[in-house]
Order: sequence, then C-alpha cells, then structure tokens
Amino acid sequence: MHKAEGVLLAVSDLAKFFDVSPPWLNRVIEHAPRQILKAVDGVSFEIKRGETLSLVGESGCGKSTVARLICGLYPPTRGSVVFDGVDLAGIRDRTEMLAMRRRFQMIFQDPYASLNPRWRVQDIVAEPIRSHKLIADGGALAKRVGELLTDVGLSPQDGEKYPHEFSGGQRQRISIARALSSNPEFLVCDEPTSALDVSVQAQILNLMKDLQREHGLTYLFISHNLAVVSHISTRVGVMYLGRIVEIADTKTLFNRPLHPYTRMLESAIPDILMSGKARTPVAGEVPNPLKPPPGCTFNPRCPHAKEKCRVESPALLPFEGASVACHGIHDGWIPIRVEAALTA
Amino acid sequence: MSPLLEVRNLRVEFNTRRGTLVAIDDVSFDIAPGEVLGVVGESGAGKSITGTSIIGLLDPPGRIAGGEILLEGRRIDNLPGEEMRKIRGRRIGAIFQDPLTSLNPLYTIGRQIIETIQTHLPLSASAARKRAIELLGEVGIAAPERRIDHFPHQFSGGMRQRVVIALALCANPSLIIADEPTTALDVSIQAQIITLLKRLGRDHGTAVMLITHDMGVIAETADRVAVMYAGRIVEIGPVQEVIHNPQHPYTTGLMGSIPSVGQELERLSQIEGSMPRLNAIPPGCPFNPRCPRVFDRCKVERPDLLPTAKTFAACWLHAPERASPKADPGWSEGAVHA
Repeated sequence: MHKAEGVLLAVSDLAKFFDVSPPWLNRVIEHAPRQILKAVDGVSFEIKRGETLSLVGESGCGKSTVARLICGLYPPTRGSVVFDGVDLAGIRDRTEMLAMRRRFQMIFQDPYASLNPRWRVQDIVAEPIRSHKLIADGGALAKRVGELLTDVGLSPQDGEKYPHEFSGGQRQRISIARALSSNPEFLVCDEPTSALDVSVQAQILNLMKDLQREHGLTYLFISHNLAVVSHISTRVGVMYLGRIVEIADTKTLFNRPLHPYTRMLESAIPDILMSGKARTPVAGEVPNPLKPPPGCTFNPRCPHAKEKCRVESPALLPFEGASVACHGIHDGWIPIRVEAALTA
Repeated sequence: MSPLLEVRNLRVEFNTRRGTLVAIDDVSFDIAPGEVLGVVGESGAGKSITGTSIIGLLDPPGRIAGGEILLEGRRIDNLPGEEMRKIRGRRIGAIFQDPLTSLNPLYTIGRQIIETIQTHLPLSASAARKRAIELLGEVGIAAPERRIDHFPHQFSGGMRQRVVIALALCANPSLIIADEPTTALDVSIQAQIITLLKRLGRDHGTAVMLITHDMGVIAETADRVAVMYAGRIVEIGPVQEVIHNPQHPYTTGLMGSIPSVGQELERLSQIEGSMPRLNAIPPGCPFNPRCPRVFDRCKVERPDLLPTAKTFAACWLHAPERASPKADPGWSEGAVHA
C-alpha cells in the first residue's frame, strides 16, 4: 500500500453536483431545462498527520459539502478521498468500511440538533463504541464513558442526564466526547463554534487544541470566521463557489494574502484589534451558483479582473509557498502586498 | 447637549408559573443625538429585551416593572398603545436580525415602504413613491426605480437588509434600534451593511443603538459600548477604552476570549463556567462565582456602576474605599434591588 509521507487524508479533484431541476412534468410541459448545482467542483488538498486544515468561505461556497463528502454522507460525483493510503470509494467490503469509519468522526455545528433528546448522555457517548463493538463489558464501557466526559470537562455523573439539561457549550462538549469515543485519528469539525457565545467558543477552541495535543488528532475545520481559523489552523484553504482559490500556511495566508477574494475577506472582517484600519470596499455579492460567471468565478467582483479572467478559468497552481487560482497573480499584474500590521 | 434617550433604572420582569424572573435589573444609560451606542453581551444577557422595551414591543409575560424611559425628555414607557405606535417608526426606527421576517412576502417592497412613509408623513402617493425610490438609492440598491416593484424574495439577504434599513429610515427617526443587524449575513455583506449604517447615521444625525454579540462589529461602528451580563450593565464607556483597557473582570475575560487575526496565542483566555440562568442569579455581584478577583464583599453586596479612569464599571474593585462594606458611592440613583 502506497503512503505519502505523513499524509493522513488526500482529496483529489473532488466534486459534488446536485440535480435541482424542476420536476419531470414541468420539464416536459414547460420545456424547463435541467439544472445542475455544482456545489463542489474539483477540490484537491492534503492533510498531514497532526495538523489542522481549515476551509473558510461564505455561505454556499461548498465548504460543508466537502466535509460531508469526506465523511461519506454524500457520494461524490467525481474524484477520490484517500484516507491513510486507502481510497474510500474503492472499499467494497462492509466490515472493512466500518473499520475505516471508526478512524474518523464528525462534529456538527448545532449542538441542539445533533444530540438525540430522548437519550441519556451516557448512551449518546457510548453509541460509537457499541456500534463498532469496541468494548463488550458493561462496567468497562461505563468507565470509558466517564473518562471521556472528564476529558471534555464534564463530570462522569453528567452521563445520567439528558441533553436538554445542558447549555450550548456543554452540549458541544458532549458532541466532542461522542466523536472521541471510538478513538479516531481524524475529526471533521463543521462550524463547531459558530452557534456558541464568544466566551464559550474560547472554551471549546482551547479544549479542541488540548485534545489535539493529547491524542495526536488531525482536524479538518470548517468555518466562516477568519479570526477563529487563524487561531486554530496550521493551514487554511479559502473556498469560493465550489473551488479552492487559495491554500497556504496560516501565517503566510494572513500575512501575504494573494487572491483578491482572500484580500477582500480579510479586509471585511471586523476585528477588535484593527478598528479604524482602511477598508477595501467590498463590492457585490456571491453570484448565483446555478449560473456561475464564465472564466474565473470571482471576476465580476474582482478589482483587478482583465479579459483573460472572463474567459479562462484559472487553475490552482503553486506560487511562492502557497497555491493560488488567479491569473493576475501568476501573470504578475496584481501587486503582491504584505500586511504591514501583521509582520510588525 | 441633553441626551436623546434616557433609560433610568429599567427593570423588566417575566411572570412565570415558577416565579418571577428578572430579565433586566436596574439598567441605566443615555444616548446622545447622533451617537452610536453598542450593546454587547452573550445570549441571555438581556440586550434584546432592553431594545424591545425601548420600542415598546415587549411581549407578555414580559413587563416593565420599574424605572423609566425618556425620549427627548418625554416619558415613553407608560404611553398607551396607540400613542406609542405613532412614536414607533416616526421617532424610533427598528432593524431586526432576520430581514426576511421583517418584510411581508406578499407585498412589493415599494408598497411596504410607501405605506410606512404615508403612515408617518403627510405626503401624497406620488411624493411618497418618489421618496421611497430616493431611500432605496441611498441604501445602495441599484436601479431603485425598477427594484421598488419587486417582492422580498427577489432580493438577496444583504439586499433585503438594505430594504429593512430603508424602511427604518422612512420617517427620518432620531433613533434607530438595530438588533443584530448583520448576524444573518456573510462577512463581506456584513462589512457593506456596517459601512452603510455608519454613513447614514452620520448623514442624518440619527442615533443608533446597536445590539450585537460581535465585539468586532461594535469596535468598528460604535462610539460608546455597554457590556451586559445577566440583565445588568457591567461596564459602559468609550469603545476603545472598553476594548483595550477593560476595568470589569468580565469585560477583561470577554475581550481575551475573542480570537483575532494576526495575534498568535497558544490558548485563548477563557472564563470558566457559564452565565447563570435567570432563576439562579447569585446574590451580590452576579459575576462573582466566575470572577478571578472575587472577594468577600462581592458575594453579599451588589455593586452599582462606579467610575473608573475612563469608563464606569459595576465592580467593587473600583469602590472609593476598597472592601469597606458601608462605603456609599454617593451618586447611585436609588437602585432597585431584587
């Protein structure tokens, strides 16, 4: 089995198209055309063991779809997900798939919707252990659940309670305990803190960092909040309309944003440390993903767009320690700017 | 300059089967004409209830149980419904979080804006339509003369929020209460709306009470900020002071817990525990069980807003004679105690 050095997860040319056509009858009678929504269109990246890759972008850019594709909640239209050297699409054997599933888990955004209100916390946390048949003995199972709850900052007695007895932050801790119960190596976290208040968000982010260090976990972190992303990630990928437009080390990305969209996002975030900074006025809105503009999908909002951008779709190519999909950067007509405020 | 809005010792209670919950307890603040006051706090701190009390839209069982609200020196919290209706929209505009629920999906936006204008201002239908088109142009909607006849579903989220802002501005109110106006929007759109709110406030001399949980939005927009915790204001002062030099331990913890781009920290500072539920607010200072600097007095006696160097903080650390139980802050205005 071929394994690239240190790479835990490799995604190549991943795509997911949704058919959002009107019903058959309307298509026949009204001659309405088929409509295909390209939620994710050719996304490739690698995550090394022990690192945190974040995907950021605005709503509808496809970041959550990528998370769901990796976890197998959607079948991909095209492309492959290779986990620890094994192509997940190639696994035909159910027991082999189950063994694979144990090794990665997911944490969802809404801690109110992701916990079954009729189950006690101890059953919620023990479910992955039971379904993967990791611990058969009841006493050992209860002990393990107690340990997991302690790990995430709750007490073993909390296992007796139901989810409604907990606050949002505590529920997210329960979700994390559940995700950790099968001893996974890889966690996909889809906006794990965006439903939480800032002080609770800080608790959860600290907890996630501590657990990563203790258990050697690898994270794929999905978020729209650039400040959270800059805090938690090793590398960051910026998505726009189903594609990665730029991917780089966190420091490189924030100190020297290349793609005009990355620059726009960075100047758009209100930040308590940078109030009063000069803002790049943000023009326009994300176009309708059903009818993306030709060429580079960002061209209608881009201040640097030229004719080439309206015709030819740019590929994600390496550029001085980062990868960026922009004609202007690769052909050299967009000046590269290093954030003075951040290098100081 | 006399304040535009004065809130004095406001107390809001909810009568429930399990007893009375005090959602807002002894909250006082002013807003000057043209000023942007930010109100921040975590969910359940009472920010939105403060806003709805001011515009008189508090739903039962919630009721104003004490204190008074004055707009331009005139008391508005005890007005009969019909009179309050004339103030709402005319003198005080409101912008809520979700632009879709603020607009009627069955009417064109033009009809909704014209109706609002004609309710409050003596304008003919054609003059009202002209004003509606002007307003839409002013809030940044392209081709307003065409867009005015469109329905809310034909607009994107950011554009709808612009329409709601136009609606709030219809009668040129002197105060706008904006309750989480950008929370439902993407960051790039959020920046556009913040810039718009700031510009309109400046151009029209409208005061804005900006309620949000996002400290970044406040830092960019507000002149002063009030930090709320468990139904009380814990600190109020100029925005840069509160952010960079917070005086209340809760504000310090809150600021430390906000991650920021370009700041490399291994861990964020965190406040242990969570905000108490309304039925279990501890005696004394409500923050005392979580406070890293708690001392005896905090557990017995409730602090009022005390002056610090540049802000006011409800914390005994700033008492003139620290830890002397009977020290009277002197200027406290007949606090309503639970």
